[in-house]
Amino acid sequence: MILVWLMVILFAGGVGAWLAESSGSEHPRAVALAALLLDLFLVVLMLVAPDSMGLGAVDTVAQLGQRGDWLVLFQSDWIPRFGVSFIFGVDGLGLMLVALTVFLGLMALGAAWGEIHERSGFFYFNLLWTLAGVIGVFTALDLFLFFFFWEIMLIPMYFIIAIWGHENKEYAAMKFFIFTQVSGLLMLLSILLLVYFHYTSTNVLTFSYFQLLGTQLPASLGYWVMLGFFIAFATKLPAVPVHNWLPDAHSQAPTAGSVILAGVLLKTGAYGLIRFTIPLFPEASAQFAPIAMTLGAISILYTAKVAFGQSDLKRLIAYTSVSHMGFVLLGVYAWNAQALQGAVMTMLAHGFSAAALFMLAGGLQHRIHTRDMDQMGGFWGVAPQMAFMAMFFTVAAVGMPGLGNFVGEFLVLLGSFQVSHTITAFAALGLVVAAVYSLIVIQKVFFGKNQHNHRMADLSGMEFLCFSLMMIGLIWMGMYPQTMLDMAQPTLESLNVAFNP
Amino acid sequence: MLDLLWLVPTIPLIGSLILILTQGKLPEVPAAIVGAGSIGLAFLVSVLVGLDFLGSDLPSFSQRLWTWMRVGSFDAGFSLYLDGISLVMMFVITGIGFLIHVYATGYMHDDPGFARFFSYMNLFVSAMLILVLGDNLLLLFMGWEGVGLCSYLLIGFWYTDSYNGYCARKAFVITRVGDASMALGLFLLFQSLGTINIQDSMQLAQAQWPQGGGMATAVTLLLLGGAVGKSAQLPLQTWLPDAMAGPTPISALIHAATMVTAGVYLIARTHALYLLAPEVQYLVGIIGAITLLMAGFTALTQSDIKKVLAFSTMSQIGYMFLALGVGAWSSAIFHLMTHAFFKALLFLTAGSIILGMHHEQNIFKMGGLRKDLPWSHALFLIGTLGLVAFPGFSGFFSKEEILATALENHDGGFILFVAGLAGAVMTYLYSFRLYFLVFYGKKTHDGHEVMGLHLQGPLVVLAVLSVFGGFIQIPVTDLFPAVAEHHPSVGSQALMILLPMLGGVVAWWVFIKGGINTATLTEGGLGRALHRFWFTQWGMDWLYDRLFVLPYVGLAKLNKRDFIDAFYNGTAKVALALHGLVSDTQTGQLRWYALTMISGVLLLVSIGVLL
Repeated sequence: MILVWLMVILFAGGVGAWLAESSGSEHPRAVALAALLLDLFLVVLMLVAPDSMGLGAVDTVAQLGQRGDWLVLFQSDWIPRFGVSFIFGVDGLGLMLVALTVFLGLMALGAAWGEIHERSGFFYFNLLWTLAGVIGVFTALDLFLFFFFWEIMLIPMYFIIAIWGHENKEYAAMKFFIFTQVSGLLMLLSILLLVYFHYTSTNVLTFSYFQLLGTQLPASLGYWVMLGFFIAFATKLPAVPVHNWLPDAHSQAPTAGSVILAGVLLKTGAYGLIRFTIPLFPEASAQFAPIAMTLGAISILYTAKVAFGQSDLKRLIAYTSVSHMGFVLLGVYAWNAQALQGAVMTMLAHGFSAAALFMLAGGLQHRIHTRDMDQMGGFWGVAPQMAFMAMFFTVAAVGMPGLGNFVGEFLVLLGSFQVSHTITAFAALGLVVAAVYSLIVIQKVFFGKNQHNHRMADLSGMEFLCFSLMMIGLIWMGMYPQTMLDMAQPTLESLNVAFNP
Repeated sequence: MLDLLWLVPTIPLIGSLILILTQGKLPEVPAAIVGAGSIGLAFLVSVLVGLDFLGSDLPSFSQRLWTWMRVGSFDAGFSLYLDGISLVMMFVITGIGFLIHVYATGYMHDDPGFARFFSYMNLFVSAMLILVLGDNLLLLFMGWEGVGLCSYLLIGFWYTDSYNGYCARKAFVITRVGDASMALGLFLLFQSLGTINIQDSMQLAQAQWPQGGGMATAVTLLLLGGAVGKSAQLPLQTWLPDAMAGPTPISALIHAATMVTAGVYLIARTHALYLLAPEVQYLVGIIGAITLLMAGFTALTQSDIKKVLAFSTMSQIGYMFLALGVGAWSSAIFHLMTHAFFKALLFLTAGSIILGMHHEQNIFKMGGLRKDLPWSHALFLIGTLGLVAFPGFSGFFSKEEILATALENHDGGFILFVAGLAGAVMTYLYSFRLYFLVFYGKKTHDGHEVMGLHLQGPLVVLAVLSVFGGFIQIPVTDLFPAVAEHHPSVGSQALMILLPMLGGVVAWWVFIKGGINTATLTEGGLGRALHRFWFTQWGMDWLYDRLFVLPYVGLAKLNKRDFIDAFYNGTAKVALALHGLVSDTQTGQLRWYALTMISGVLLLVSIGVLL
């Protein structure tokens, strides 16, 4: 039930924030903060004492008869006639992603705190509803329910971009919507086909993830059904060549939107691949793996190069996100212990580093009203705290050992090397090109001379707090990743069983 | 005392953290106390640990701090490993590091980024210590990347000048090419042996890999890629001269005494793997030989005092690689240490000269400075004598060991010996060219010695080490396969000592006696072309620019708008066009609708009739 509460609080908080606007434009953010803090409390409770939360879960686990290491499960009927039910559950992987969502939700709130003044009620409504949708995605274990949340998280985000975005917001929001919607439609088709084939072979109409696991599809069709899932998740991830919505969405979205997009929305794609695509279609996925890994390597290198060519700071960071997600794709389809753990670590660490970098870019834009790096330069002297943070998170993104991103990328490469030397050798070049595009940002923005004589305030207290928290997170992930590795391990082990039955 | 080992890298890290957390705002004196003091403290702990270790007769000492990553069969700990090699490295890093830090408190006086400078420096020392103390290749890699980062930060320390930023980026990116290769070597090692612990993997490799087998060759080649990047050897050497853009203490610490020798350390550390791949080991020697000659010639053409020293560093590391190539493992480490003494001395003295000449680095604008800068003159001469391996000075002992081993090596060692000897001649030539140009000849600019205990104090200590450092016995001989004692004949010994001095004589003849006018020499067609060829390091920067940099930048610019996007926007345009086409038919005119309807019916009927 605690999982349902997580979402209910956010949904209700969203409505509350919208209503609160009438009593004062500063009130919605307070309501949002309260809702998120409440969620954070629940998440911490689950992290610290998962056993106390999962009361009765063991029985449910037995009833559902599935494998896995579920910390919390909730089940209730929804539309029994169609075999649709409310099944929510988290295991180690899900819980970490939920925690990431709530934490980055707070960071996004921090980013919006001083930036969003117009229609703030509706803004926080959308923010909280997106987060609720994402939590739904990370916890839903009924495919219909999953799809429902997949859509829920999309629409508020569309509004965030379309209403509070920058100069080209309509185009970006529409592009985001169409990409996600078209690929989501493919997934819906695949879900229906999967359910249909399960029904014809067992006479049980169900959308339950647990029951659909192990469904045998005709081999040729199975591949196409798998592709439906893959395309939807790869679009969200995103991977080349379905990544084009992301640079526009990011560069146009308000800072909080970028934080949520880069920090958590992208991770739903990776999560979907790990949780659904591969376990539901192990054979087809194994067949597809070389292609997916190649796409991963292409994503890493191609978007790194495009990133290097950008002069729009947010656009550049957006492309680097695609590049980093290439490591996730590579790791997921290499599908061994190291590569999968690496993919999960990359998801978490990138959530922090990308969110922080977008906050920095957003903060800069808010201060000097441009994202064009050619207008910047020499900001180290103007805003040293900001420069330090930028250096830190850039260095993290470059993959410096001791910080989270390195652990992820290293494990991905280590694991994928056991599968393919060639693809990994190319992917390892990502280490070099990452340095190329990252350092040019530092050079153009913080080094050199402040030619346009920009004056700006250094980090505000709120910003400083947010960055410090994310910094601590990345150092933890980098120095003692075992915390996260141990949490994800049971999940990944149980999935591994599904992959190699 | 041994249990204090973890403190050695931790103390500089704490120093760095203090300076960072105070946001670089600490005033000079406390910043200097934290910055230099932490390294001094680390040195003291090193001495305590080292004495305890040497007294204990243990072959090695391990300290596991915590598990870093354990996934499946992969296990890498935060584990430190101390043996003779890491002990020598630890002393060099903390000892020389401390002297350079003290010097830097004087050199960086009044710089607005004083505290920031020391926070980077301390971080560097910490990372370098992790590099040499890590018991597995992943921890070594952490230090490896960490020193690369600090090198980047410090080369670009004076960030307002974009050129410094360019140099910093160049250093980072080029060494990263090597790092990627090294990472792949690490992956391959793990795949083959199931461990990345250095000692375990060496033992397993000896048991499992055939001599000269493909696996040994591949792994060592990939690791060598990392080593040549970090140690600025061919073909990844081009970043080192540009790295001189950083403050001079950085050049002394990072780009002479410690970081650039990490490649030598890596190969010596994994020597058992290289013994299994003799071709690769020989390649190490060849790379060293070519680099030491190339850098020697290039040093002869430079006009910037720091760049001469940079090429000389490259050349001396070439000697170390040469030593590794002929299996003179301990001589390589020995030369690493003596080189750290005299090269740090030379760089820091160069720093004093630069200070004394109001930030002038062009040696052609110096000259006749021995009266104005008596301290610098004496110290620089000592450093030079160490560098050229003048008998009795520290460099002499290590270099003679290397040359002697090469001479006795019968598997192609002779050619390496000849190269090494030729390089020794070159060393005399370029070193004394530098020395004569700066301190002799006609005085063109006035200089004045900048004095201070924190400036001259460390230099004197380094000078003493440069003279007597050759008598230090380093405790590494047991760690490497025994090499037969070399006793070259008196004739060859005399050759090794006397022939190189010829270079000094030539330098004297050219630059003091004016035997040849170097200006006219480089004016003519061939002389000019040769000068250019050497000056530009064989035009490798030019080549790399055209092969890699320009195409990459060009492609990135060309594809700034991401051509894949054109496909989606194209789809949108097609949809819009189709929409336009169809919506044009919606005219709202009744006769148009009637006409099309009748046409349609007619068309259908006629199709029906025809079929």
